[in-house]
Amino acid sequence: MKKALSAPNLIIFGVLMFAFVVLQLGLFPGNYPMKLTILYLLALCALFGLGMSFRQHLAGKLLIAAVLVVLPFVSATAGQAWVRILDFAILYAFLALGLNIVVGLAGLLDLGYVAFYAVGAYTWALLASPHFGLHLPFWVILPTGALVACCFGVLLGSPTLKLRGDYLAIVTLGFGEIVRIFMNNLNAPINITNGPQGITLIDPVAIGGFKFSGATQIFGYTLSGPQKYYFLLLVLAILVVIINQRLQNSRIGRAWQAIREDEVAAKAVGINTRNLKLLAFAMGASFGGMAGGVFAAMQGFVSPESFSLNESIMILAMVVLGGMGHIPGVILGAVLLSILPEVLRYGVGPLQTQLFGKMLVDPESLRLLVFGLALVLVMRFKPAGLWPSPERQRELVEGRTEVKP
Amino acid sequence: MDIFLQQIINGLVQGSIYALVALGYTMVYGIMGLINFAHGEVVMIGTLVTISVVGLLVKLGVPLALAGVAGLLAAVAVCMALGWSLERIAYRPLRNAPRLTPLITAIGMSIILQNLAMMIWGRNYLTFPKLLPQVDFEFAGANFTAVQVIIVLVSALTMGGLLLLVYRTKLGMAMRATSQNLQVASLMGVNINRVIAAAFVIGSALGALAGVMVGTYYEIAHYQMGFMLGLKAFTAAVLGGIGNLAGAMLGGILLGLIEALGAGYIGDLTGGFLGSHYQDIFAFVVLIVVLMFKPSGLFGEKTGDRA
Repeated sequence: MKKALSAPNLIIFGVLMFAFVVLQLGLFPGNYPMKLTILYLLALCALFGLGMSFRQHLAGKLLIAAVLVVLPFVSATAGQAWVRILDFAILYAFLALGLNIVVGLAGLLDLGYVAFYAVGAYTWALLASPHFGLHLPFWVILPTGALVACCFGVLLGSPTLKLRGDYLAIVTLGFGEIVRIFMNNLNAPINITNGPQGITLIDPVAIGGFKFSGATQIFGYTLSGPQKYYFLLLVLAILVVIINQRLQNSRIGRAWQAIREDEVAAKAVGINTRNLKLLAFAMGASFGGMAGGVFAAMQGFVSPESFSLNESIMILAMVVLGGMGHIPGVILGAVLLSILPEVLRYGVGPLQTQLFGKMLVDPESLRLLVFGLALVLVMRFKPAGLWPSPERQRELVEGRTEVKP
Repeated sequence: MDIFLQQIINGLVQGSIYALVALGYTMVYGIMGLINFAHGEVVMIGTLVTISVVGLLVKLGVPLALAGVAGLLAAVAVCMALGWSLERIAYRPLRNAPRLTPLITAIGMSIILQNLAMMIWGRNYLTFPKLLPQVDFEFAGANFTAVQVIIVLVSALTMGGLLLLVYRTKLGMAMRATSQNLQVASLMGVNINRVIAAAFVIGSALGALAGVMVGTYYEIAHYQMGFMLGLKAFTAAVLGGIGNLAGAMLGGILLGLIEALGAGYIGDLTGGFLGSHYQDIFAFVVLIVVLMFKPSGLFGEKTGDRA
């Protein structure tokens, strides 16, 4: 059943990758290393898809693991920029999985998720930068960031417990804006966040004496900074996937899903909706906070600009576009939506000059236009997301009985 | 005292604009339960179309007043067409989709419209033509202009007209029936598709009017101006109780007043700790506090389960 369901998505993935290759081969007629990279990437995608289709078996798991390990080295042949793009794809998957707890499992529409990401990033920035002269170790900052974000989650959750659906959406949105505005303005009278300039020179992640920025030699092979972060993020992301999976099938996860489907009924069967909703906010927020911390360390720089409402909307789009409440779907959504704009960034401009001999439209706006169009089209033809959970798929196919009030 | 009066006047003007935009959100939401995120973009396009049309006509030698009227009409027409096509292309096919699906579509449409506008009008700030002569009034120490008076009057008249439409005409009755229960209304012979399209078209026309007002008031326009305006207007609609027309109007005006007074007094209230750049926070803090005590807005009816 699962295999059959994943097939169309693999085809979509394949078509996308094929388009990417055609695009790039046309673009770089003489650029052989680039072509080779793309061919390798295509092969890796195919292998990954193969691994996914029998991921219940050990061989499938090993294949997936192998692809994930090789990936940063293959992308590095096209430039470290692509490894950074991969890093961000994983970071977004991490974030999207955190939001998935709130939106996908508990059904609480949160449009201010980026606030927690921001809180985590700023916690890291303040505790490990020359701004306050603090340089705390990784094992202290990461949990602190998660904890602070968690407190913010409860802070947001508690006044909104009574709210339903779209009322909740607008309050969370307002909360996100409030956090951003404070970060933008808390440079006077006491300089806490350094205002719109943001905080610079943030310490990179360092575990023991091992620094994650800059290149190091391991077994005679040079690992670049982005490649090291790739593996760190991968480990964290796998951890989050496992936590998500365990949560989903636990008592708590089932209670959340009951709240999502019908809050009144959930309450009636004795689920403590108040505590569970708060727990969902708190857990989602702590994941956001952790992702924010790693983001701050990776960039070495944070400013309020990185935490606009658009970012929240983008993360939500990843969750919904991929398939709400379904872990592989959410990851797919995050990876596609974070890589697609970058592919378009590198592809749209040169393609125009190739086709028409000159730049007809501003590539930046064309890129976003295509992105918006992709959102609309996917939702039009796959309303439940690219890779919805089998149960959800069935609900949709069997027809909706729900009556809109 | 004169600061108080001055800020009340400013708030009233800003609030009327919010109210007009908020009506667009609330009409669509009331009928379909959909947050039309692209509505702010419709307003933006209204403003930019007016700039283009007025600029073109003035260049052709048409007197400014006439060009202004033509610009307004053109904006209304373009926005109505845009609202209709939005509904037809983006939302109608998704009427039975899961609840969050149309929200993402709306976000996608918003991105598309913004970038189309950027392609057409460029990424620079545009100056809005001075359609009305600069006339200043003074009243009890507060200054206000003819533009401000006209904005408040026109929005009051428009909102009155809308209430008449909704409560006195057959279309209005159909709209109210649909917002109460879509399925039952359609069983009673209401043409649902027509009603929903009408809500989008009317909302967009109001948005275009608001867009022209924003342009005349601030004399500046930009392809990203719709975003924050839409956000505030949506906040206003929720504050008043989304789906409720009178709620959106009062919510808009209330939000304008809160913002203006907040910006004027926040420095004094906090002893200079927080400055007027915290203005935007006021709207959201008030919203959160109101919703804590009245979870369905100030004037919203208690809704059933829609989560």
